[in-house]
Amino acid sequence: MGTKKPYDDIPGTIVFDSDQAARGYHLNQFCISLRLQANRDAFKADPEAYIDNFPMTPQQREAALNQEWNRLLELGGNIYYTSKLAAFHGINFQGLAGLMTGKGTQAYRDMMIAGGRPIDGNRYKSEWDDK
Amino acid sequence: MAYISSGVACSHVPALGVASDSGISGDDYYGPIFKGFEFSKQWMAEEKPDLIFLVYNDHCTAFDARVIPTFALGCAAEYQPADEGWGPRPVPVVQGHRALSAHIAQSLVLDSFDITIMNEMEVDHGLTVPLTMMFGKPEKWPCPVVPLAVNVVQYPAPLGSRCFALGKAIRKAIESYPENLKVCVFGTGGMSHQLQHERAGLINAEWDARFMDLLVNDPDKGSQIEHIEYLREAGSEGIELVMWYVMRGALNENVEEKHRFYHVPASNTAVGHMILENR
Ligand SMILES: [Fe+2]
Repeated sequence: MGTKKPYDDIPGTIVFDSDQAARGYHLNQFCISLRLQANRDAFKADPEAYIDNFPMTPQQREAALNQEWNRLLELGGNIYYTSKLAAFHGINFQGLAGLMTGKGTQAYRDMMIAGGRPIDGNRYKSEWDDK
Repeated sequence: MAYISSGVACSHVPALGVASDSGISGDDYYGPIFKGFEFSKQWMAEEKPDLIFLVYNDHCTAFDARVIPTFALGCAAEYQPADEGWGPRPVPVVQGHRALSAHIAQSLVLDSFDITIMNEMEVDHGLTVPLTMMFGKPEKWPCPVVPLAVNVVQYPAPLGSRCFALGKAIRKAIESYPENLKVCVFGTGGMSHQLQHERAGLINAEWDARFMDLLVNDPDKGSQIEHIEYLREAGSEGIELVMWYVMRGALNENVEEKHRFYHVPASNTAVGHMILENR
C-alpha cells in the first residue's frame, strides 16, 4: 500500500487490483470452492472445519462466517468470488447488491427498474461527504 | 479464404440465461429485453455465419485466482457449459474448431500477441448467454465457436487500445486461413454496471450511448478510453466493455450499424447490443 491510486477517490467502490488480490487470495479460493456441490455439502456440515482448510486471516474468516459482504470486499474479496458464498446462502446478485448498498432487496430492485443509481453525485468520494 | 463479415456486441448478464432456461423470458421484466433481440435472431438466420469468434470473460469459472491469463484462446474440440454453482446451464455443448484455433494461436504469437492456449476449457454464462440471445434455444448451436477469454476480473484488464489492436491481429489471422469460412465476431459484456459495495447499481445511460457512438464511428478515439474513466463512469464491472474493442478491431474501419438496442435493467446491469456489418 502507500501508493496513491487514481481510483481511490471513487466512492463506494473497492477496485480488485493486484494488492487486493494478494490480500484476498485464500478468501477468494474459499469462496470459489463453493461452486462445487461436494464442497458446499462439506461447508454446510461443518462451516468452521471447512473454512479452516483455507489459511485466511482471522478477520477474513470472521467476515465470511458472519456474511459481512462489504467487509469481505475491503479485506481482498472480489464480488465474483463472494457471490458464490452468497449463492450458498441463497442470495443472488441482486439480493447481494441490496445488502451491500443497505437498501434491501425491494428498494434496490425498484431503484434498478427506475434506471439505476445515477452517475451524478456518485463519481467522487467528496460528493458523498454529506451522506 | 476465411473472412469476417460482421460483428455483434452483446451484454452477457447471467440473469438473461436464467430467464431463458426457466421459460420466463416473455414476462414483464424480461420480455422487453428479449424483444430487443428478435431482430437479431432474424438477422442471424439470414447472416448464417460458418463460425463465431467469441470474445468474453470468464467469471472465476475456468480460471479461479490460481491462474489469470490476460488473453486465453480456446483451442479445444468442444467446450462444456460449466457449473457456476447452480448446475450447468441446460444449453448445447459448444463445438470448437481446432484447426482454425491452432492457426489463430500461431498467427497471434508471431504477431506479438503472447496469448495463452486453452486445450481444455469449460465456458460460463459470459459465453453462453450471448449465444442464447442471438440464437434462442436450438437443439444444437448452428455453428462452431472459437472463444477468447479476456481477464476483466482482476484489475487491470487489458487496455482498450490493446484490445483494439488484438482485434486487428485476429482479423489478419482469420483472413490467412485457407478454408472458406464466413466469420462473425462477438464482443460481449457490459454495459455500465457495478455489482459491488455501496455504489452497486450504478448505471450511466448517457455514457453508454456515447460509447456505442464512438465504437461505430470513431473507434480510434474510443479505444483510447482510459481505465479510470470506465471505472468511474461505467462502474467497476463496466470495464468489461474493453472486450467490445476486440470485436471492433476485427472489423473494417467503416461499418454499418444494422441494429442497436439498449435497456435498463437486467438485474444490476444496462443491457447493450449492436450488430455491425463490414462496409
Ligand atoms: Fe461479465
